[in-house]
Amino acid sequence: MAGILVYALHDDEGNFNKNSLGAVSEAARLAGELGTEAAAVVIGDVADDKVAALGAHGATKVFRAKNVADGLAQPAVDVMAKVITDGGYDYALFGGGLLGLEIGAGLAARLAGGVTVEVTKVKVDGGSLVAERPILQDSEIADVTFDGGLGVIVGRLNAFEAKESGGSAAIEDIEVELSDFSSKSELVTRGEQRGEAVDIEAADVLIGGGRGLGEAEGFRACEDLAATFPNGAVAATRAVVDSGWYPYAAQIGQTGKTVAPKLYLAVGISGAIQHKVGMASSENIVAINKDENAPIFEFADLGVIGDLNKIVPALTEALKARG
Amino acid sequence: MKICVLVKEVPDAAAPRKIDPGTMRLDRSGATTLNEFDKHAIEAAMQLKAGGELGVDEVVVLTMGPNAKVLQTAVSYGLDRSVHLADDALAGSDVAATGLALAKVLEAESPDLVLLGQQSDDGECYAMGAVVAEHLKMPSLTQVVKMDVEGGKLRCERQAEYGYDTVAVSLPAVISVGDAINEPRYPGLKDIMGAKKKPVDTKSTADAGIDAGQVGEAGSKTKVIALNPPPQKEAGEIITDEDTAATVEKIVSWLEERKLI
Repeated sequence: MAGILVYALHDDEGNFNKNSLGAVSEAARLAGELGTEAAAVVIGDVADDKVAALGAHGATKVFRAKNVADGLAQPAVDVMAKVITDGGYDYALFGGGLLGLEIGAGLAARLAGGVTVEVTKVKVDGGSLVAERPILQDSEIADVTFDGGLGVIVGRLNAFEAKESGGSAAIEDIEVELSDFSSKSELVTRGEQRGEAVDIEAADVLIGGGRGLGEAEGFRACEDLAATFPNGAVAATRAVVDSGWYPYAAQIGQTGKTVAPKLYLAVGISGAIQHKVGMASSENIVAINKDENAPIFEFADLGVIGDLNKIVPALTEALKARG
Repeated sequence: MKICVLVKEVPDAAAPRKIDPGTMRLDRSGATTLNEFDKHAIEAAMQLKAGGELGVDEVVVLTMGPNAKVLQTAVSYGLDRSVHLADDALAGSDVAATGLALAKVLEAESPDLVLLGQQSDDGECYAMGAVVAEHLKMPSLTQVVKMDVEGGKLRCERQAEYGYDTVAVSLPAVISVGDAINEPRYPGLKDIMGAKKKPVDTKSTADAGIDAGQVGEAGSKTKVIALNPPPQKEAGEIITDEDTAATVEKIVSWLEERKLI
């Protein structure tokens, strides 16, 4: 049966992540239009009642490889390649994320297919899937098709919305022999949270700090500004988290959190795609940056070109003065 | 032990980027430069060589594309020699086809470690490492931000969307590195002067044993069939700070209008 196969990522408790459930929903929608079915692959010993979430989101079948440890890409390529070869799937769909990129790319190479990443939308045209992929800093959208062989589509994070359809999936446990090279990496620790815990998802106003702050100390000005709002908090870009300026729990973007506050005030943030995907749905976006060519000015509602070291403290004072 | 570093020539960040509507490919006729992410892979290779734990004898840089200029830039960081895969048959290769071609050249080099940047500045696919590793049948990890030699293996850390993973990878392996892994050095004058004298081995697809039918536009399974502008978002208001008091006043009234304060 030709169809769409989805990789469903889960945590150690067997809870599927939002993007995987979104990919299952999207695959079910597309399969409906194509007149075929959507199936999912689960790696690891996830209980039936947890796996049921995939059926509820539209998968009609779930392949579960209990004997394979989850968390690394290459064993997942072995599992998915076997399911695709045995079942004749035409497409593999991923909800995004690091593992999705790695598994998707490896799978395309293994099965001599094609891979398109960072896909924001998928449509059906003439019985085939067409993936919309923004390119050149989102200035154009390329329509990509697959010309024979497996088509691998890796979504951009949050591109596919998880929708419960109330269905159920048949679970088939499969045994997969891993490739020699797939077993040569060892996952020492997984999903480690570093730095202090901060809650940015509940804030109405987020002050996002980026590399433009110049140093870790620069975050103090962001914290002062955030404190002038009743429910304000400080968020950060990956670059500054990697540099140890701010805790990982505050990171927005591709490998961090996704937020949609009433106001996102970006300070010294250039607005690269990796950051944009985590905050573009904010109701109001204000950006302060000295580089007038920063991509963030293309999607900010209010852009201020200037020196943040002058503007941020002055803004903080002005807001404090209002009381 | 041998390390191969994969690099890519990309349009200069300052040059406007556009797609040639005839070929649906990126117009590469303007100023070009070494992909910024690749500098971190070069630096990682140099640090592994200097560290001595792996006994690295040679660091070889490899690129695919019409121009060799980027290789000269790469060896000016102190790398030993370069391999240039260039052939008209390769034009229009997608990420899977490019990875296949690069893997063929790497096979002949038989490296103990392949390093590359996590993404190209133009294609932004994050996928090349996984494709190359699959063809070479080597373990692989991408977007690595910390890498240490431990018991002959590489202990790698990377940040996934659910937290940090630490993975021990056996060699030979393919590792793509993120920009947080190191601060790339600046090439020294002596290395810049010496770069021209370092050997460049130029290969065609036939030399590398690449089946021309599997690469280039014909061998690529993805096809760009159309380009469309993104949905238009209403342009935001842009102000330039000339008088900070006035700028702040504008921001405050903007926030007030939207009942954000």
